[in-house]
Amino acid sequence: MALFKRKKKEENKWVKCKNCSETFYVEELEQNHWICPNCSSYFRISAANRIKITVDEGTFKEFDTRMTTKDPLEFSDLKPYKDRLKEAIAKTKRKEAVVNGVCKIDNEPCVLSVMDFSFLGGSMGYATGEKLVRAVEKAMKLKIGLVIISASGGARMQEGILSLMQMERVSAALSMLSKKGLPYISFLTDPTTGGVAASFSMLGDIIMAEPNALIGFAGPRVIEQTIGRGLPEGFQRSEFLLEKGFIDVIVERKDVPKYIGKFLRFFSENVKK
Amino acid sequence: MFVLDFEKPIYDIEERINSLKHMAEEKGIDVLEEIEVLENKKNSILEEEFNNLSIDKVIKLARHPNRPYTLDYIKYIVNDFTEIHGDRVFADDKAIITGFGYIDNQKVAVLGHQKGKNTKDNLYRNFGMSNPEGYRKTQRVMKLAQKFNIPIVTFVDTPGAYPGIGAEERGQSEAIARNLYTMFETEVPIIVTITGEGGSGGALAISGGDVVGMLEFSIYGVISPEGCSSILWRDVSHSIDAANAMKIGAKDLYKLGVIDEIIKEPLGGAHRNYEEAALNVKKFIVKNLNELTKLKKSALLERRWRKWRNMTTQLL
Ligand SMILES: [Zn+2]
Repeated sequence: MALFKRKKKEENKWVKCKNCSETFYVEELEQNHWICPNCSSYFRISAANRIKITVDEGTFKEFDTRMTTKDPLEFSDLKPYKDRLKEAIAKTKRKEAVVNGVCKIDNEPCVLSVMDFSFLGGSMGYATGEKLVRAVEKAMKLKIGLVIISASGGARMQEGILSLMQMERVSAALSMLSKKGLPYISFLTDPTTGGVAASFSMLGDIIMAEPNALIGFAGPRVIEQTIGRGLPEGFQRSEFLLEKGFIDVIVERKDVPKYIGKFLRFFSENVKK
Repeated sequence: MFVLDFEKPIYDIEERINSLKHMAEEKGIDVLEEIEVLENKKNSILEEEFNNLSIDKVIKLARHPNRPYTLDYIKYIVNDFTEIHGDRVFADDKAIITGFGYIDNQKVAVLGHQKGKNTKDNLYRNFGMSNPEGYRKTQRVMKLAQKFNIPIVTFVDTPGAYPGIGAEERGQSEAIARNLYTMFETEVPIIVTITGEGGSGGALAISGGDVVGMLEFSIYGVISPEGCSSILWRDVSHSIDAANAMKIGAKDLYKLGVIDEIIKEPLGGAHRNYEEAALNVKKFIVKNLNELTKLKKSALLERRWRKWRNMTTQLL
């Protein structure tokens, strides 16, 4: 048993690239911002790692840590939603698919919400939506900018209509923020689709994206089934959206703090404290 | 005429009544008593059947091909309606109707999804599934309504926003997101009626109003029951389980605080009596328009913010 445990620990230090199948030491990847040293593809990363590589060290103060969903529909498909939630909470050590905090990025104070794809695919439930609304309200209260980093498959089906309502709620809150003249930077990472794409993620004053992230309303498989043929190469990727005019800039991981910092500074200078 | 399996007994009785009437006319026989018996039987079947419909039947009614659509409601409710077209950027989306007219003497802007009445019409209307230009058309009309201080009424009936290559190229996500934002910011009363299928983001795009009413046998959900089944059950055959689990019927949504009012349908469903269905919808709209138009702009916007800010918060 002890031997087995040690072996498992050892294995955890290695991570395989999903694109080229090469394996790397965690430390090596961490130093490389979780970008494959061999094929340069971007690994999907947890909210914690995202915060680590984006936020000024030691400045992140998380809030709303305990907010979680209560399964008001008592939903069950092949498995009760309650069980899925328990698993997600155990796996991620988080209670929801988004992490809220006040922090500095490139020395600029802001409210930051980071979605965590490893929590039920980053799906938006009503507690996720509530946390996003509260992040917007926090930015209004502190009179600082807001940054939301999206990583989500969209709505959380196990919360049915309650999930859909969050799209309007967060969009409404963002409208309030905008009226106060505070900047909102939306940063899209792989994947940003469905109800998250079709609401707050597309409403940034500035919309940034990571290279090659899947971004779109309908999932590629749904579109293929609807139109009865395959999709063109690069369809619904960041570069495609940039070309079509729906995002402002594609930013490499190492440059993200610099870009966010610049936009926050640039748009905040005239905000009356 | 399209008849659902569970509607068949009713139509059979109606047919018998009609042939009795016909016979009476031809041969001069008195059939009043027999007709009355049949009418009573029909009504008791209708009441029994429709008082507690299972969700699979509600879905069938919500998608009934004879169900009144936006243009039907406009015909019965809106006087002197003039449709206007186009998003001024790309095209005119036939899956969404926009225009101006009067309800009683009140000016209104109208937005609504439009399904087709037959195959040809459905191809023209894209089955009520809008592309980005449809939403952008509604944004344009919302801005016009704001500029000239005209309240907005919307009719919601769509399987969802269209999932296609062109839709993605032209920014389906951005179009819907901008609608959610624009609708919230539009400084005139907005009354929403879900008349058939409230399908996901495509429905929500014109549903972020001050008051949301829902016809008794319509549905409103985050994904279609079939879509939910194929993702969560990995097989489309569980769509009724999915529909029950997601709570897409009017009563459940009312309990959850997502809609404000359930609008009664004629016995047997809206398609059995357009005039009565439209009258019920009109009563709902007029009552709420009267309330909301009394409010000052700031009070209206504060009310709207409270509504959306607090929706679902009570469930935490
Ligand atoms: Zn690689």
